[in-house]
Amino acid sequence: MSTNLGGYNLGYLDEQTKRMIRRALLKAVAIPGFQVPFASREVPMPRGWGTGGVQVTASIIGQDDVLKVIDQGADDTTNAVSIRSFFAAVAGVRTTTRTEEASIIQTRHRIPETSLAEGQTIVYQVPGPEPLRFLEPRETETRRMHALADYGLMYVKLYEDIARYGHIATTYDYPVMVNGRYLMAPSPIPSFDNPKMHRSPALQLFGAGREKRIYAVPPYTDVESLGFEDHPFEPQRFAQPCAICGSAGVYLDEVITDDAGGSMFVCSDTDHCERAAPDPAGSVLTGDGADTEVNA
Amino acid sequence: MYVAVKGGERAIANAHALLAKEGRGDPGLPRIEQAAVAGQLAVLVARVMTEGSLYDPELAARAILQAQGDALEAVTLVRSYRTTLPRFGYTVPVDTAGLPPQRRISATFKDLPGGQQLGATFDYTHRLFTDHDADPDGPRADREAEPRPDMPRVTDLLGAGALIEPDHAPDDGDPEPADLTREPTIFPMSRAERLQALARSDEGFLLGLAYSTQRGYGGTHPFAGEIRVGEVEVEFDAPELGFPVPLGRVELTECQMINQFTGNSATPAQFTRGYGLAFGRSERKAMSMSMVDRALRAAEFGERVVAPAQDEEFVISHSDNVQATGFVEHLKLPHYVDFQAELGLVRRLRSEFQLRMDVEPEPVPTDLAELTEARA
Repeated sequence: MSTNLGGYNLGYLDEQTKRMIRRALLKAVAIPGFQVPFASREVPMPRGWGTGGVQVTASIIGQDDVLKVIDQGADDTTNAVSIRSFFAAVAGVRTTTRTEEASIIQTRHRIPETSLAEGQTIVYQVPGPEPLRFLEPRETETRRMHALADYGLMYVKLYEDIARYGHIATTYDYPVMVNGRYLMAPSPIPSFDNPKMHRSPALQLFGAGREKRIYAVPPYTDVESLGFEDHPFEPQRFAQPCAICGSAGVYLDEVITDDAGGSMFVCSDTDHCERAAPDPAGSVLTGDGADTEVNA
Repeated sequence: MYVAVKGGERAIANAHALLAKEGRGDPGLPRIEQAAVAGQLAVLVARVMTEGSLYDPELAARAILQAQGDALEAVTLVRSYRTTLPRFGYTVPVDTAGLPPQRRISATFKDLPGGQQLGATFDYTHRLFTDHDADPDGPRADREAEPRPDMPRVTDLLGAGALIEPDHAPDDGDPEPADLTREPTIFPMSRAERLQALARSDEGFLLGLAYSTQRGYGGTHPFAGEIRVGEVEVEFDAPELGFPVPLGRVELTECQMINQFTGNSATPAQFTRGYGLAFGRSERKAMSMSMVDRALRAAEFGERVVAPAQDEEFVISHSDNVQATGFVEHLKLPHYVDFQAELGLVRRLRSEFQLRMDVEPEPVPTDLAELTEARA
């Protein structure tokens, strides 16, 4: 699409670094859900803005790849635009907004509505790779807990939610058990998206740049969201369809339309919405935001 | 309206054009040259080189200009460039005992071999605004004519009498240095790795931590054994040649802090050390670093870890300003998917609460904090 930047290697990272990250990725795929420490490099965007995802993508991308980048489900959010143009510049790859055309999808906070297929790779940007971090701040401790599969603390937390609120009060970055062994943070995707991870035919890679961890879920791996027999995991559901395209059973953004409580609910996945819309102009406004409830 | 919420390529381009315009300032005034920054803002350049972990005054000056004076942004620029450079090998350890100090002071001895030398320092200046143009010939400083005497390190003098712990264990040989920019960091770290992390840590963060140890949060009883500033030769160890090759000189600030002594009925009393090293004239950084280094050695000396400055995971995980500023500022990025999820839950909880109230009205709980308490 555009020419490579002078003075930088193809894909920005030097080949030694790519090799180091690929080794970490191989280990991550071999031990699904296990956080592999890696010597995270600086990349030309700030920490916390997708530097882990960028390093993973930079290490696996080749010139035959077609890249899609989304943030909050949308291809046109500023950071998605920024990362997409970065790879167009440093890797010279083709980019797309169509989910099924992409061989690599880098994402922040969503999994596309269109089902992923075999051969596709989804790269998650991860702010906090450690699902136990807010329960136990120490790395030395959480490492031991993972080694012993000692996840009682997390179940206690979920139980306390139920005792206090009547529900599990985690709505995003909802913890999952991978391959029946490792507790894993799915990154801050809404719990709505969690079921898409289970036995997905796509390879799922997770990069946490600031925290220097890589992990993975190989295709067709079990990914179970935590729950109890009497309080099973319930993904969020929206009561109404998208105001633009009419899709039901998709994740929606609430867009505030005026200062009198008016709002409309529209697809978070812009690619899905564009293609599902019968008539792009036919949008509907809803009156009261409080009527449009999300089920946790 | 829908489009306005979602950003776009044009918005980014416009924002960057505006940024460039703001950074130019008054177009009637000449642009600041890179060489002027390197020469006249050398302390800032030193900070960007130290925290950017790259000794290159020209590049650091360029980063400061491009970042419009934002030190952390400049550090990020330098780091992002540095990380792409190939690694050929390691230099031999620099000999700070042999560096001809431009400045060398000790707060522990009134006089010592080599003497005290004040050098270029802000110490003892009166912090009054002065008129730079008062002297038409510019500032003058008389260089010392006589050759400088040898200035052995204070800690070596103390070490000769075993009054201070040796600077490395006698049997550790010359191990390959760890490199935290090339290897994953795993806690607990070795002291060498910790020192690397501290060397690139944010000056302000280390200053605050060092200060906290002086105010009772993990005291280490520090004395500024020696602070020296000067240029030192850097030699590259080329295995195929069999001898080290000089690469050039770098300006360093080194601080050797002499700390709380150890000892008991079985071992004689001995002072301990804290070490700080930074590029250029970076005295505040080197001193803070040496104090935090010593505080972090608590476990080594069997001291109780009671304060933040003694907690390795706390200090090292939060001291890198590139990471810290990135993550704090990432809150500017859209979070509407997550917020939507929370919004949905809070609405549901509220409606369920209302339903309960309608069935059996209860008094409003007095403990409002419990209601507003954030979920974990």
